Amino acid sequence: MSMPPLLSARDLELRFGRVAALDGVDLDIWPGEVVAIVGESGSGKTTLLRVLSGLMRPDSGSVDYRGQDVLGMGEAARRRLMRTEWGFVHQNPRDGLRMAVSAGGNIGERLMAIGARHYGNIRAEAANWLGRVEIDAARMDDVPAKFSGGMQQRLQIARTLVTQPKLVFMDEPTGGLDVSVQARLLDLIRALVADLGLAVLIVTHDIAAARLLAHRMLVMREGCVVEQGLTDRVLDDPQHPYTQLLVSSVLAA
Amino acid sequence: MTHHTGYNFAYLDESTKRMIRRAILKAVAIPGHQVPFGSREMPLPYGWGTGGIQVTAAVLGPTDVLKVIDQGADDTTNAVSIRAFFHRVAGVATTERTAEATIIQTRHRIPERLLTERQILVYQVPIPEPLGKLEPRIAETRRMHALADYGLMHVKLYEDIARFGHIATSYAYPVMVNARYLMSPSPIPAFDNPKMDQMPALQLFGAGREKRIYAVPPYTSVRSLDFDDHPFRPIRAPHACELCGSRDTYLDEVLIDDVGGRIFVCSDTDHCSERQAMKEAAE
Repeated sequence: MSMPPLLSARDLELRFGRVAALDGVDLDIWPGEVVAIVGESGSGKTTLLRVLSGLMRPDSGSVDYRGQDVLGMGEAARRRLMRTEWGFVHQNPRDGLRMAVSAGGNIGERLMAIGARHYGNIRAEAANWLGRVEIDAARMDDVPAKFSGGMQQRLQIARTLVTQPKLVFMDEPTGGLDVSVQARLLDLIRALVADLGLAVLIVTHDIAAARLLAHRMLVMREGCVVEQGLTDRVLDDPQHPYTQLLVSSVLAA
Repeated sequence: MTHHTGYNFAYLDESTKRMIRRAILKAVAIPGHQVPFGSREMPLPYGWGTGGIQVTAAVLGPTDVLKVIDQGADDTTNAVSIRAFFHRVAGVATTERTAEATIIQTRHRIPERLLTERQILVYQVPIPEPLGKLEPRIAETRRMHALADYGLMHVKLYEDIARFGHIATSYAYPVMVNARYLMSPSPIPAFDNPKMDQMPALQLFGAGREKRIYAVPPYTSVRSLDFDDHPFRPIRAPHACELCGSRDTYLDEVLIDDVGGRIFVCSDTDHCSERQAMKEAAE
């Protein structure tokens, strides 16, 4: 591809004591691309996500976002990026939502943080986004604590996407939901990603979810990327023994 | 009531006063920014004005004239005892007249009479952190102040409008000072907020339990937060004062008997009696 990557990381290393959480990881994400990171628990997936989004500092390596050095930038600049061009969807909606603030206020927070000062417009935008994530606009003034788990997760996605970010980090967004709700959420994410042309970096241990959503896939084990490529290629023709084990462990329904 | 000579002037020792003055200077240099200080034990309980009384002690001089108001009134317990305290330990003159005072220590009101450049207004502050109710982590609120990351405060106002149809915050209404720092104006009624903007007098805020001092220097912009389509509106009871007939001052509702009788009177007692005297003189 001739286009420069949106985000590119080189030689990321991070050790927790004697354990290597990241051991020389390289990664590029291009605009509009969905990349899945799969691997077992403790393989460094979530750590990689946290390092890439600037929440955690690696021991060495570099992360570049559209010419900006993510690890070197000040906290003010990083926060600005986090509430405008980036988004972060947590596994547990409680980490990403304000549980005591109404659904409308949750969606409006990012708008108000970047300077929206017109109540009517904020509310119209919130209603629009509730519709896009299939939540009844009549629930706008209810607090998320009254919502089901699936609705909370959809609300978190609406809250993240309202400022039209370019890059969204998702940490197991379907974890902890039952299967039918998962399917609906995956469908929704897929539609929104295609609609908005988002680049998404999604961490998951659900191989089926990765196949459904991701264009490209990275397999991690013990802090290393052991295999990467187009999703269908990796899953249909796994090369690395660990990937072969992972693919063969998926339960067929 | 006589002046006690056994105390250092204005109760606090000189090095403590110097420490508080340093905090005040820093606070004046960074309008609206909360400066930590080593708050001392004072001979009155937290919540009764320990912060305000320490700031007053630090700025008080022998020729100053002190006025203390509590919810606008000069004759309530707190106002009377703090005035008596400084009369005893500093021997300064005290007054109930806003016009005559050089230092006014206040709890929850700004006097109705316009203050001048030669006056200092000292507020007693129970909770200095405006973001505290929304973000309980102090380290995080300090970071938000440092980065001017104040979207959260508007979320609170948004919630008010969504729930009540208007901004229902009627006291301790958050303000932006000098277009930079978000500040809690202490629990004064929102009615008083506009008086803080471009005020000629120096405004000092002391929070004793929370150990914070902050300030608004003279002629500094103080804007109440609002939305474009829900502008800030100072609220007052829609009545005239029963005693002086004023229609533009902040009113208290007072019960007058056991059968539900009530009247509205000015909360600023000095302003009210001045107007009554003027009315009598005119008659």
